[in-house]
Amino acid sequence: MSQGTLSSPVAPAVVSPQSTLRRLARRNSTVAFLLTLPLILLVLGLVVYPFFYALYLATLNKRMTRFIGWDNFTFLFGRQTFWDVVFQSVLFAVSAVVLKALIGFILAHVLHALPAKGQRKWRGMLLVPWVIPPAISTLAWWWLFDPSYSAFNWALMGIGVDPVPWLGTSGWARFSVILVNVWYGSPFFMIMYLAALKSVPDQLYEAAAIDGATGWQKLRFVTFPMMRNIISITVLFSLIVTFANFDIVRILTNGGPLDSTHVFATYAFQVGIQSGDIPLGATISLFMFPLLAVFAIFILRGVNRRNKEMA
Amino acid sequence: MSATAATSTYTPVERKQGSLKRERRWAMIGAYIALAVFVVFFMMPPFHMLMTSLKSSGEIADLSGNPWLVSAPTLQNYWELMTEGNYLIHFRNSIIVTACTVAITMVISTLAAFALARMKFWGSTTLATGVFLTYLVPETLLFIPMFQIIGGLGLYNNLWAMVLIFPTMTVPFCTWIMIGYFASIPKELDEAALIDGAGHLQMLWKIFIPVALPGILAAMIFAFTVSWAAFIYPIAFLVSSDQMVLTVGIVSDLIRADTFQWGKIMAGALMAALPPLLVYAFLMDYYIAGLTAGATKG
Repeated sequence: MSQGTLSSPVAPAVVSPQSTLRRLARRNSTVAFLLTLPLILLVLGLVVYPFFYALYLATLNKRMTRFIGWDNFTFLFGRQTFWDVVFQSVLFAVSAVVLKALIGFILAHVLHALPAKGQRKWRGMLLVPWVIPPAISTLAWWWLFDPSYSAFNWALMGIGVDPVPWLGTSGWARFSVILVNVWYGSPFFMIMYLAALKSVPDQLYEAAAIDGATGWQKLRFVTFPMMRNIISITVLFSLIVTFANFDIVRILTNGGPLDSTHVFATYAFQVGIQSGDIPLGATISLFMFPLLAVFAIFILRGVNRRNKEMA
Repeated sequence: MSATAATSTYTPVERKQGSLKRERRWAMIGAYIALAVFVVFFMMPPFHMLMTSLKSSGEIADLSGNPWLVSAPTLQNYWELMTEGNYLIHFRNSIIVTACTVAITMVISTLAAFALARMKFWGSTTLATGVFLTYLVPETLLFIPMFQIIGGLGLYNNLWAMVLIFPTMTVPFCTWIMIGYFASIPKELDEAALIDGAGHLQMLWKIFIPVALPGILAAMIFAFTVSWAAFIYPIAFLVSSDQMVLTVGIVSDLIRADTFQWGKIMAGALMAALPPLLVYAFLMDYYIAGLTAGATKG
């Protein structure tokens, strides 16, 4: 080929670089396809396929022998427990995320105000809850909530307060699972906000100070607008993770007392795996999908906007 | 005229600086108090875990003592975990699964991220977006169909099923952050390599991986953390103790009906939390960089 171009007159010499380029492009895309093939296979085989398989499973009867259409869905709509699960999932996700965002925001601000030398040490300690696997740290909380040996109740008795049935009554159990989730997730918000705070240019604060802005005004008109995007991405992401939470509820209460702390994942696990009604379990976990899809679309929009801003 | 103007503007500034300094000092004191409160709140469970793990079962059962402190520390719980029961098997299983998951994840996501960051091909942007969306799919949405699939493959109650499934939790995010790291490498570097006659894989191996090493390390740490902490797949798919990993093994082995061996549970949990804590202690910056990059860069 190269010999051909050398010996041939002008016209083919103009064409051949194009054709070699085209061939290079073709080769490039072949290589690229081969390089991404494992990823594509993994996503298709173990994410996309299971998802559609779940849709199929949701239309079967308990023995998985017969197609029953929407019956699993209508069955769930008629059950009070299911609506309790919906309510508890929303309550759990929203209140935990609001608290995590608030605590994370406060901590990030406080850390940001510290001199750089001390910051590292404090940050290191504040991130510990988020580093310990939640399935492991929830065991420690479980023991702290133990009905007869609760170390919290011991401390409360010391100051003259009656012992609290942490996991014993619906109200307290709901509070406890949210508390543990907040404990686990706040550091994540803190570290995201801290990174965002560090990226706000100092000149903006100086300009605000010259204009006579108070601390609150600086927060309201400088910090918030600069961090808005990262706050919304973090909140949406955390909503997904919290809404789909499994380990904390499963270990602490296993849905009890009286199914009052069940979220979608634990309820699906109980129905699908433990009671063996796989189609119904699949149906329950599919209910998470519409809500998660909405969150995901908003995250994607935020991410794209941010990419455009940075480009 | 000019002199009075100068003094009149000068004095308020000085007063303001004084008040700023005082304001700052109060802000600092407030900051340290807030930090101390949250550090106590955040460190309470691990601290209590440590204290309980050092107690004998007699001391744990004694309701008259202070639950937050240990009066006669003993390492008996740790010793019993090491010498009897399946704890070491669970630990070994966790290590096997995590090591395999990290290796598989890194191979798949490095190759894919290289292609997606550098070669524009048909559908490459769609694929990159798709990878990000996959990362947003929680495993609790898919564990029931996965249960059927794993059963169909004959891998139910098999440790290796975890090695097959865990990459679904790690690969999308690792690919995503590595696309970011690879895209930030200047194009001149690959041009230089191309001129020197390097092939694609040589370019990846000799330029991209060494240059993006911090990003690769961050991705590895992420994969390690996720697969060490995985809970829903092990609890749904593993039933016999010799196949279990740490997150499910501790509970299933140390709770027999109504007897909770809290001292051993806490000792086992603490040791299970140690590997991530150590990685975090030594590589904190990579750890944080990896996780924040996921949201700030992408």
